Amino acid sequence: MTGLLVFGALLAVACSQKLFVGDQVLRISANNEEHVALLRGLEELEDLQLDYWAAPAKPGLPVDIRVPFPSLQPVKIFLESNGIPYTIMIEDVQTLLDEEKEAMERARKLERSSSGFDFSTYHTIEEIYSWMDDLVAQHPDLVSKIQIGESYEKRPLYVLKFSTGRTVKTHRPAIWIDTGIHSREWITQATGVWTANKIATEYGKDASLTAILTSMDIFLEIVTNPDGFAYTHSQNRMWRKTRSINAGSSCKGVDPNRNWDAGFGGPGATNNPCSETYHGPYPFSESETKSVADFILSHGKMKAAISIHSYSQMLMFPYGYKEEPAPNHQELDDLAKEAVDALAAVHGTQYRYGSTIHTIYQADGITIDWTYDNGVKYSYTFELRDTGRYGFLLPAAQIIPTAEETWPALMKIMVHVHEHPY
Amino acid sequence: MELQPSHYPARRAAGVASACINYRRGGPNRVLALSNVRRAQLQGHAVNCTAEVLYHLGSQHSAPEVHFTVEGELGKNPDEADNKFYSRIKSLQEPLVAQNIPDSFGIVPPEMEPIRHLAFSACDYIIWQNSTENTWYNLAQIRDVRQVRRNDDYLEFDYTVLLHDFVSQEIIPWQMQVLWHPQHGVKVTQNSRQPKQED
Repeated sequence: MTGLLVFGALLAVACSQKLFVGDQVLRISANNEEHVALLRGLEELEDLQLDYWAAPAKPGLPVDIRVPFPSLQPVKIFLESNGIPYTIMIEDVQTLLDEEKEAMERARKLERSSSGFDFSTYHTIEEIYSWMDDLVAQHPDLVSKIQIGESYEKRPLYVLKFSTGRTVKTHRPAIWIDTGIHSREWITQATGVWTANKIATEYGKDASLTAILTSMDIFLEIVTNPDGFAYTHSQNRMWRKTRSINAGSSCKGVDPNRNWDAGFGGPGATNNPCSETYHGPYPFSESETKSVADFILSHGKMKAAISIHSYSQMLMFPYGYKEEPAPNHQELDDLAKEAVDALAAVHGTQYRYGSTIHTIYQADGITIDWTYDNGVKYSYTFELRDTGRYGFLLPAAQIIPTAEETWPALMKIMVHVHEHPY
Repeated sequence: MELQPSHYPARRAAGVASACINYRRGGPNRVLALSNVRRAQLQGHAVNCTAEVLYHLGSQHSAPEVHFTVEGELGKNPDEADNKFYSRIKSLQEPLVAQNIPDSFGIVPPEMEPIRHLAFSACDYIIWQNSTENTWYNLAQIRDVRQVRRNDDYLEFDYTVLLHDFVSQEIIPWQMQVLWHPQHGVKVTQNSRQPKQED
C-alpha cells in the first residue's frame, strides 16, 4: 500500500488505568476513495490504539478518530504527507472528561440536598434535630414537631406530625412510623429523614399521599433512641440499646424492642443486663418506649404502626411472642406481599415476609406486638438493607436507594389502611 | 422434614453452608455470599449450589458437617488480581496495619478490599465451626488487622474481627491468625473468642 508510513518504535500499550491526558479527537475529511482506503488501512495498525468515533465509510463523510497522545505525531505526519485534511475537534479529551465529572458531581449534590441538607450521608443527632426545625419552617401548613418525652439522659424525644387538619386539637385517625429504636441501625434514621422530606414535598403532588393526608395524620419519630444514637457516634458504633443504668450491674442499657408489654419476659428476650436483648426490669421501664406507648394510647386513633429496623431485608407482622396467628393474619400477609413486591420493583432488592416468630425468631416484648394487641390492626416491622455483607455499616451511597425502595412499600401499607377504615 | 425456604431455620443452615464454601473457595479477590436459599452468588456471577448441612446434636459441640456441590467451576487458579495483591503486600516497606474496615460510614478504601475479602473467607471458618441451629453469624467489622512478616511464601495477618450473631444480637470480638497464598488458599491457623467490649 503506497503512502503508508512504517512506524519505527513500537508504541507502549495503554496502561490499565483509562487516562486520556493529551488525547485528541481529529475530524478527517476523506475526499476520495484513495483517502478512504488509506484511513481504513490506518485502522488496522493496532499499536496506534486508534478509537474510531465515526469510521471511514465513503468520500465526503467525515471520519472522527480519538488519537491517544503517543500516536498523535505519527498520525498527523501520515495525514499531512498524504494530503488528507483534518481539524482538531477536541484538544484534550481528559480535560473534557474532568469537566464533565465535576458537572455531574455538582448536579448530584444539588439533587441530593434540599436547602443544603445532604440526604445521601449519615448525620449526627444535632444535625437531624436542626434539620427537623428547617423542615417545619419550610412546610408550616403541613409539618409540626411534637415532644413526647425525654430520654434517660434527658434528650428530647421529637415526633414530626404531618397533618392537614385545621385546628391544633384535630384528632384524626393516624399512622405511626418510628426509625432508630436500635441506635446502630443507622440506615433507619437516614431513611426516616429522607421519608419525612418525601412526605413534605410529595404532598399536593402524589395523588395517593394527598388523599391519605386529607383524612389522616402521619406521625414520624426519627431518632427514637437518641441516647443510643449519640453513643454510636461518640463511643461505640455497635451500640443497640438505651443507655439507662441497670441496678446492681456495671452493664448499661435495655433493649427497647423487648421492653413492651406484650409477652414481656418470655424466652425471646433475656433478663441479663449485659445482654443485647435485655428486656429491662419491667415493661416500659424505659422512658423511650413508655413515651411512645403513652402517646399512642392517649391518641386513641392510631390505625397503623410501622417500626423500622435493619438489617436482613424483611417485612414482618405479629406475632413475635407466640406461634398463634394474628386474627387478620391473611390480610397482613397479603398486604406484606404487595409491599415487598412494590419494594423489589424499584431496585430489585428482595425481601422476605411473614409473621415475626416464623420469619426471624421468637421475640418477646416487641413494639408491634404491643401496638397490635392494643387495637392497631396494621402493625409491621421493616428490616431494611442489607443481608449481612455490610450489615449495620451500610455505605452511605445506599441511603437514597434504600429510602427510595422503601417508600412504595410504605405507601402500599398506608393506602390500604386509608382504604380500610375501622 | 421439609424446611420452608422463607422461614429462618432454612436460612440459618444456608448461612452455615455458605460459610463453609467461602472458607474453602474464597480469597482476597473472591467472595461467596448467600443470595437466597436456592443460590450462592460469586461476586456478581450467580452460581448454583446444593448443600447439605448436618448439625451434630449432643452435649459436645462440633462443627456442622457441610456437603456441597457447586455447578460449574469456581476456579482454584490464582488470577491476576490475586497475584497483584500478593506482590503488593510482599513489597511493602512496613508491615500492613489497619483498623475499622469498613468504617462507621460503611467506607472501605479500595486497597483494603482484598484484606476484607480475605477476612470474610477466614471468618467463615470460624462461623462454620461455631454455628448451631440457634446462631446466624455475619462479619460486622474488622476491628484491627496487622501483617505478620514471614520468611516463607505465605502472607500472614493477625485479625481482630467483630462477629454479629443475628439471633442473640451480640457483637462478639474474635481474634484469628490467617495465612494466605495465591496457590494454596486461605488457612486459619489459630483463633480465639475475645471478651465482649463492656460499656
